Amino acid sequence: MSIPRQLVGFADALRAEGVAIGTSELNDALAALGAVSWTQQARFREALAATLAKSPEDRRVFELVFERYFFRAVEGAALEQGVREGALGGTGDGEGQRIDEAALREQILEAIRDGDEAALRDLARLAIALFGRRGEGSGVLGVDVQRIRRALGLRADPGVLVKGEGAPAEPPLTREQLRTFEAQLRRELERMQIERTQALPPSRPLNELDRALPTGPLQDLAAVHRVVAQLKRRLATQGHQARGRRRHAHVDVRRTMRASLQTGGVPVELKYRPRRPRRPELFVLCDVSTSVTSASVFFLSVLHALHDTFRRMRSFVFVERISEVTDVFEHERSFKAVSDAISLDAGVADVSGYTDYGRVWSEFLAQVEDGLHPRATVIVLGDARTNGRDPRADVFAQIAERAGRTFWLNPEPRLYWNYGDSVIAAYEAYCEAYECWTTRQLEDFVRALTRPAFA
Amino acid sequence: MSAAAAPASVDDVAAGLRSAGYLPGESTALVAYLAARLGKPVLVEGPAGVGKTELAKALSAYLRRTLVRLQCYEGLDEAKALYEWNYRKQLLRIQAEADGAGWTTVQDDIFSEEFLLSRPLLQAISSPEPVVLLIDEIDKTDQEFEAMLLELLSDFQITIPELGRIAARTHPIVLLTSNNSRELTEALKRRCLYLWLDYPSAERELEIVRLHAPELPATVAARLVEVVGMVRELDLKKPPSIAESIDWARALLLLGAQDIDEATFRATLSIIVKHRTDLDVVAERVGVRLGAAAA
Repeated sequence: MSIPRQLVGFADALRAEGVAIGTSELNDALAALGAVSWTQQARFREALAATLAKSPEDRRVFELVFERYFFRAVEGAALEQGVREGALGGTGDGEGQRIDEAALREQILEAIRDGDEAALRDLARLAIALFGRRGEGSGVLGVDVQRIRRALGLRADPGVLVKGEGAPAEPPLTREQLRTFEAQLRRELERMQIERTQALPPSRPLNELDRALPTGPLQDLAAVHRVVAQLKRRLATQGHQARGRRRHAHVDVRRTMRASLQTGGVPVELKYRPRRPRRPELFVLCDVSTSVTSASVFFLSVLHALHDTFRRMRSFVFVERISEVTDVFEHERSFKAVSDAISLDAGVADVSGYTDYGRVWSEFLAQVEDGLHPRATVIVLGDARTNGRDPRADVFAQIAERAGRTFWLNPEPRLYWNYGDSVIAAYEAYCEAYECWTTRQLEDFVRALTRPAFA
Repeated sequence: MSAAAAPASVDDVAAGLRSAGYLPGESTALVAYLAARLGKPVLVEGPAGVGKTELAKALSAYLRRTLVRLQCYEGLDEAKALYEWNYRKQLLRIQAEADGAGWTTVQDDIFSEEFLLSRPLLQAISSPEPVVLLIDEIDKTDQEFEAMLLELLSDFQITIPELGRIAARTHPIVLLTSNNSRELTEALKRRCLYLWLDYPSAERELEIVRLHAPELPATVAARLVEVVGMVRELDLKKPPSIAESIDWARALLLLGAQDIDEATFRATLSIIVKHRTDLDVVAERVGVRLGAAAA
């Protein structure tokens, strides 16, 4: 198959995994391939990656699809042409070069540490020949890979080698290094399987686990922090943007006249009153009742991030009653400590475990009445499920009226709003409500903020 | 300053960047080479302080091209990035000619290049010598500004309503950097090559530190890289960047340190860690480990 056609096939495979690739990018990729030499696989791959994968997430998917697609393409071609690689490692009679297990292990370790892919590939074939009971594996590649790895005594982290005698202190293998070897093993096993069965296995889409960048809860936290930093900028410049060029509306007559003396009384240079930057002041109310348990970790991380970014901010958590947690966030840096403190602290606010929004509004209003002013922003994180109690939308209206802007972030899909005891419609009349339970939606919320809401 | 010829191969670029004091990774050299060959802008993303801006500087030094830099910030508009009419001069011109000339001649007159103040972007494409254009921290601007860049990035031209189209005389190498604090638009990404810079491996960082602080004893440099790696693994607000490793190396050099023990570490900690809460975390975790290692 020609290269352009092969490339289009590769792009289709990427698109199937959700990477958006335009035709112009394919053209770029072809042009880029024309400019590099193809003898080194790394360069070929980097040239494609630079033109096709435009974010770390896409890059991750790219690596996986690249591996899969070109492996299949090569094997497919080999099947067509009837090319076979001879079996390695003796003919089964045990004579010839008896592969020494210990020596092999040493060589593999060395190759892993040097990152020598070609050598690793050969060693992987040797290892399969030695341990793989050629041709009669378990049939499940993953199981075979792990069996061979264990037989070689390769382990990540602490003890590198399970050696009998006192092993010399060697730098331990990292997970990543081990994984490259496992990938080689898997590929060789797969190749043999294809040779044996004379057919390509059906291609499977990547599963979510492979696709996701290696993340931990802390990294999710980082994503939330990033979005919130953006939120801060949006809130700070809010209003200026909406009014566009008119933001400089106030001419300072006195300074303009003074400046005009230079040009003989012609006011060539207009002087403006300085802009007063808007200091956003935030009030955040966060529902921590049982009905939002699944969302509360997300909510708390939003709160945590908000506290990192805004100095003038007060936060409250509520179930049946309200309690202020501003201090907790200010004194604790670690997210875990904060959430522990709040889950203990929230007990104060919790009598029955059922949210009482009406009561929450009255208490909130009583506590911060003087603090609310037109430059303040109120954000409510909650599901608006009142458990049949009076929603007291009139009190909420008072809050919304005093504050400059009021937002509601609801962790439920819009489909469930106003269903059962959800009364978000009663509040939506006084605030802007958004569906929000992922960082992506949080981003949407931040983007929506930039739209001139009251221009 | 005469521009060097376009690089002939990836290895040339790698060697050139090296000679300019920048140690490129495999993909960095490749993408820089592609940018020069294909004339496509490059979008460079990565955490703060991994050398995104440095790459542009090194490229301009290596190719012997002038570096034109546009620092982005929230609220940057075309008057500051592209061009602006020098309206004071226009006004004075109108005043000077108020009696004689007719309206049309004056109008033709005052909208000519003489009254145009060129800002970085216009400068970059109208320069007679090819330049390296660095658009720094593009993620700090609004989406509207990004949209404005599209014409420049795909066709290397700028349209000024009163003058018409100004096409680039020479082809600049364009680098856009982003700290990934906001998703950039698809339209922008589609026009660029993409390069993700991450914290380097320990060996490469050691090389970089040795390059920038050659007098530092080898053992101290190795120890420094190891400690920085340890610090990066903690959950910090702002993990130390390469730039900070280099600063630290220089500081240790000034102090004449022969080893990084707990005392030296605590004294110079503030060079690599910039948040008060981070300071506590690092002092507690890494400081103790250093003490234990020495004991």
